[in-house]
Amino acid sequence: MSTEGKDVTYREAINQALREEMIRDESVFLMGEDIGHFEGAFKVTKGLLAEFGEKRVVDTPITEAGFTGLCVGAAMAGLRPVVEIMTVNFALVAMDQIVSNASKIHYMFGGQVDVPMVIRMPGGAGHQLSAQHSHSLDAMFAHVPGLKVCVPSTPEDAKGLLKTAIRDDDPVIVLESEGLYGKKGPVGGEDHLVPFGQAVVRRPGRDCTIVATSRMVWVALAAAEQLAAQGVEAEVIDPRTYRPLDLDTLAESVRRTSRAVVVDEGWPECGIAANLAAHLYESCFDWLDAPIGRVNSADVPMPYAKNLEQAAIPQPADVVAAVMATLAREVPR
Amino acid sequence: MSTSPPPIPPPEEMREIFRTMTLIRRFEERAAEEYMAGRIGGFLHLAIGEEAAIVGTVSALRPDDPLTSTYREHGQALARGTDPRAIMAELLGRETGICRGRGGSMHLMDVQRAFYGGYGIVGGAVPLALGLAWAARYRETEQVSVTMFGEGAANQGVVSECFNMAGLWDLPIVFLILNNQYGMGTPVERAAAMDDFFPRAAAYDIESWKVDGMDVLAVRAALSEAARLAREERRPACVELLAYRYRGHSMSDPDTVRAAEEKERWKARDPLITFERVLLGEGILDAEGVAAMQAEVDTVVDDATAFAQESPEVPVADLADYVYAEPWNDAARASALVRP
Repeated sequence: MSTEGKDVTYREAINQALREEMIRDESVFLMGEDIGHFEGAFKVTKGLLAEFGEKRVVDTPITEAGFTGLCVGAAMAGLRPVVEIMTVNFALVAMDQIVSNASKIHYMFGGQVDVPMVIRMPGGAGHQLSAQHSHSLDAMFAHVPGLKVCVPSTPEDAKGLLKTAIRDDDPVIVLESEGLYGKKGPVGGEDHLVPFGQAVVRRPGRDCTIVATSRMVWVALAAAEQLAAQGVEAEVIDPRTYRPLDLDTLAESVRRTSRAVVVDEGWPECGIAANLAAHLYESCFDWLDAPIGRVNSADVPMPYAKNLEQAAIPQPADVVAAVMATLAREVPR
Repeated sequence: MSTSPPPIPPPEEMREIFRTMTLIRRFEERAAEEYMAGRIGGFLHLAIGEEAAIVGTVSALRPDDPLTSTYREHGQALARGTDPRAIMAELLGRETGICRGRGGSMHLMDVQRAFYGGYGIVGGAVPLALGLAWAARYRETEQVSVTMFGEGAANQGVVSECFNMAGLWDLPIVFLILNNQYGMGTPVERAAAMDDFFPRAAAYDIESWKVDGMDVLAVRAALSEAARLAREERRPACVELLAYRYRGHSMSDPDTVRAAEEKERWKARDPLITFERVLLGEGILDAEGVAAMQAEVDTVVDDATAFAQESPEVPVADLADYVYAEPWNDAARASALVRP
């Protein structure tokens, strides 16, 4: 039942990646809360229990630290666990297993064992889920050496990055977006792997570089459309992975446009945008014609009220304003 | 406490058990000297007094049963047969160390001998052990995963999570709670709602009991039974060992909290002395044999120490080796790397 060439949703793309890799490799198994009989809180694992059985699609108790750590141990023994943490918000209770164990075991034991596991989890705000269920914690994971971190923005990348992650010999964090599960697009076939550390240009332009990942790519593209109407051609680049980071592609673009804005759904302090801006200052200082702009969520716990939440998360208008500031132009009214 | 008398292993094995206990004792004493001389840095947690718990456990297992431990784990590696040279070199942070100087005292591993490591976050390694048990069942091997942790770790939430999953899924794991009665400087009665810890595992439908952790044969018998349950009946088990460490929590702990008379009371039950009496009583070793064994072990420890001291330091150029399974050309990371 090949869907190659046909548009599928981001969630279906992830499902295809899981299914294909489970067929390809007997050592791949899935573990998480409500992923089997319930088929996932976001229905990403639909049909997989029926196809692969309870040995390989494992419903867990609500015990994120425990089952994440279990999968680290199983990976040390050579299996390839794919953990679903229902949302990134619940990864905080598993952080010790991710940071103290998964990321460090290869290094601190001198390379004696690999930890070939994947932890996938969606995050992001926009559904009025308020402070404890709306995190974008990309920076926390990207901070840690030993982890690899993917942030797919399209169905094609959601599939291709996940397949690469499952075949990778290191612990890989795949940060999905709750807001993108229904997004449709084309996907590749069984052999379509997206390599880590290769950014992609989502929209070419000459006036300003906008760097964005995950759902923010779509916010950036909407902004670029509005900017084009004002005669400003923005280039939108999606790094796709934070670790490894394709700084070369980002820097090449910024040296060409001499202006940059980084869009990140996380908080501004010590965040992804701050880090990418620092890299771009180091590599492009002499080419820059304006300070690098940063667009982040507001520096507050996410509020519930719809108008407050929308004010707190990056909107296309915020990106337009940041790009216009790099051009020293007024935002048109 | 279990009531049936422990079975007596064959004489050759009895001698080997005694030799390993002696090796651990002498190795730990030498490590303390190296620490005091400034050649070992960081934390150094000694297991002196806990030799029966360690050797009794390891001697009951098969060589391919995955073993995990805390940061107090030199003895586990020695008991598994790791070269004492590679352990001492790791403690001294040398290139020849078992983990090439990346781990140090708290993070020994010898995966060739199914010793899956010492870990520094209290309770944090227990889920790893559950994963090793998971892998054994997934692959339908006969392996039993054994994890040693302290009664202090038993207060960590993740350990209860593991009890639950082990009981729920009947995983082939043995939880070994080494109750040395102190979580760093805090005695059990100020840290735990109940004196005993094994009932916590029992609450999750895990066969659990308590034995004297100063008696190597009692430990060995208990672990044999626990491993049999896990291996043959494919259900988890939990054994609590009541024991005592003679030194402070680590070398940086002057150990002023514990009463001198308490320490003396436990030292009177020293696992090496009591087991030596058994060996002498059974005629398995005589006094000369004991002395010869101690001298041989001292030679091994001398050799390991000299080897470590003479080993080269880890080249600073190799600082970033082993961060990932395969190195990649990552310009961003390279820009932030410390250059010698």
